Amino acid sequence: MSEIANTIFSPELAARFDKLVTIYPLRRSALVPMLLYAQDEVGYVSDAVIAEIAERIGLLELDVRNVLSYYSMLRTKPAGKYNVQVCTNISCMLRGGYEILDHCKHKLGIGHKETTSDGVFSLEEVECIGACCWAPAIQINYDFHDDLTPEKVDVLFQMYRDGQGKDVK
Amino acid sequence: MPTLVSHPDEVKVVSRRFGQGAADIDKYVELDGYKAVQEAIAKGPEWIINEMKASGLRGRGGAGFPTGMKWSFVPKQSEKPKYVLVNGDESEPGTCKDHVLFLHDPHSVIEGTMIAGLAIGSKLGFIYLRGEYRYLLKIVEKAVADAYAKGFLGKNIFGTGVDFDVITQTGAGAYEVGEESALMESLEGKRGVPRIKPPFPAVVGLYGGPTVINNAETIANAPHILLMGGEAYAKLGSERNGGTRLFGISGHVERPGVYELPMGYSLRKAIYDVAGGIKDGKKLKAIVPGGSSCPVMLPEEIDVGLDFDQMGKAGTMLGSGGIVVLDETVSIVEFALRTIAFYQHESCGWCIPCREGTDWIKKTLTRVYNGGGNKKDVDNVQYLAENMLGRTFCPLGDAAAMPTIAFVKKFRKEFEDYIAGNKAGTPIITVEQLVGAH
Repeated sequence: MSEIANTIFSPELAARFDKLVTIYPLRRSALVPMLLYAQDEVGYVSDAVIAEIAERIGLLELDVRNVLSYYSMLRTKPAGKYNVQVCTNISCMLRGGYEILDHCKHKLGIGHKETTSDGVFSLEEVECIGACCWAPAIQINYDFHDDLTPEKVDVLFQMYRDGQGKDVK
Repeated sequence: MPTLVSHPDEVKVVSRRFGQGAADIDKYVELDGYKAVQEAIAKGPEWIINEMKASGLRGRGGAGFPTGMKWSFVPKQSEKPKYVLVNGDESEPGTCKDHVLFLHDPHSVIEGTMIAGLAIGSKLGFIYLRGEYRYLLKIVEKAVADAYAKGFLGKNIFGTGVDFDVITQTGAGAYEVGEESALMESLEGKRGVPRIKPPFPAVVGLYGGPTVINNAETIANAPHILLMGGEAYAKLGSERNGGTRLFGISGHVERPGVYELPMGYSLRKAIYDVAGGIKDGKKLKAIVPGGSSCPVMLPEEIDVGLDFDQMGKAGTMLGSGGIVVLDETVSIVEFALRTIAFYQHESCGWCIPCREGTDWIKKTLTRVYNGGGNKKDVDNVQYLAENMLGRTFCPLGDAAAMPTIAFVKKFRKEFEDYIAGNKAGTPIITVEQLVGAH
C-alpha cells in the first residue's frame, strides 16, 4: 500500500518511491530521480506526475516545475514509444552524426522533437551522450547503439517496429 | 556496446580488470578486489592520505587538482556529517572513459568511494551518474547491492566495526551538473546551478557538510594506489603527474577507443601509434586534446607529453583526457560554431557573461558561417570570449571562451576567408540544421 492514496503510479513504482524519499539525508534529494523514473513509466512528466511528486516530497508544485524545466531529459509532453536520440556533438559530427540525423529524419518523416503519427518513434538531436570513441552513436530510450551507418539505422528501426528492440529502463 | 581496444604501450592500472567480468563481485574479489579497503581500515586515515599524496594522483575530471591534498583539506572535526561524492556525470564532449569504467569495473568505483570515506571520516558516499547512462547505473546499482549482500557495505563492514553506506543517483540531462557545486545542487533536488566559492566543498559541501568530490576515474584509482603503494604509482607517470590515465581518442583516427597510457606519454604517439594515425591516410589539421573546452592544437604542436603541466605549458589543457582528432577536410569555422552551439545550449543562465556571451558568439559565428559576416566579426568573437574568462561562478564560461579564442587565434585566416566568401574545408551542416535544434 502506497503512502499516497490513489497514486497514479504502478504499485512497483509507488513502493519504490515510498522508499526512495527515505534514503537521503533530505527528502528533496529524491526529486530528480523520481521525475525521471516517473517519466519512464508515464511517458512524460504530466501535471498529475508533478502533483503527486510534489506531495510525496513535500514541495510546492512550482518548485517541482522549476527543477524539471532545468533538465534536458525531462519532458512535459508525450513522446513516441521509442525516443531516438541522435548525438551530433563534435566526435559524432566528425564521423557522420549529421548524416545519421538526416537519415533518421527522412526515414521517420519527422523532425527534431517530433513524433511519428503511429506514436512509435520520436526523434531528438542531443548533445554528447558519452559514446565518442564509438561514434556516430544514438540512444533509443536508454539503449546505446554505436558505430552506426544509415543501413544499420534501418535495421534498428525495423527491430524496434517488430518489438525486438531492447528497452532498458 | 563499446568495443575494448588495446595497444602494447598501454600501462593498465585502472583498466586492468576491463574485459574480465569484474562487474561480478566474486570475480572482482578474485582479482584483488576489496583488499585495499580492508588494508585502509587497518592502517587508518593518515596512512591513506599519505599514500594518496605520494601517488601524485591528480583529478581526472579535468582540473588536475592533487587528490591527496583535496582529501586532507576536509576538517577532522565537524558538527555536520561528511560526505563523499563521486562525479560520474561525464558530459564533456569527446569524453567516454567513465562509460567504460562503470561498464567493466564498477566495484573499483565503490571501493574507491569507501577509501575516500575512510580517509576523511565519512560514513556515506554518493555515486552520481548522468541520466543517459541508465544501463551503467543498473550495473553500478547491482554492484552496490552485491557489496551490501556480502557485508562489504552497511553496518560493521568486513566485521571491523566500521559503517559505510553508498547511494547511487541518476541525473536527468545537464552538462552543467558535472561542475562540482552544481552537482551538489542537483543531488539536493534543485536546478543544477553553481554555488559561489569559497566556501569550498571540503568545508561546506553537500547538505552543508564537508564533502570530497572526485571524478569516477580518480576514485577508481584509489584502491590500485593503496595496493601498489603511492610511490610505485607515481613512478608510472611523469614529474608531478603520477600514474596513468584513461585517454579516449576519437574523431578522425584509424583506431578510436579508450586507452590507458602513462601520464606524460607523447601526444604524437597517442595519435599516430596508439590510435593508428589519421583515418584513410588523410592529413592532420587540428587536435582538441582534452574534451571540447580545451584550446585547439596545431599539427606542429603535438610533440608534447600528455600531462597537466606540459599541456599547460603548450597553451592548452589535459582536460578530461578526451582527445578529438580533426583531419584536413574539417572546416574550423563550422567546428567552432558547433562547439559554441553546445555551450550556448548548456549554459545554465546563472551568470550573465556566460549566458549572453555564448549566445552572441553563436549568433556571430552563425553569420560568418552563413556567408554574411563582416570584417569586425572575428575581432568581436574574440572580444566576447575574452570578456567571459574568469567572470562566472563556474568554469563553463571559461570552457566556452577558451576554445573559441584558440580557434580564432590559430585559424584566423580561415574565419577571414569565410567572411570574404572562400569556405575552407568541407562543411557538413547547414545553418538551418544547426539552428533547428539549438
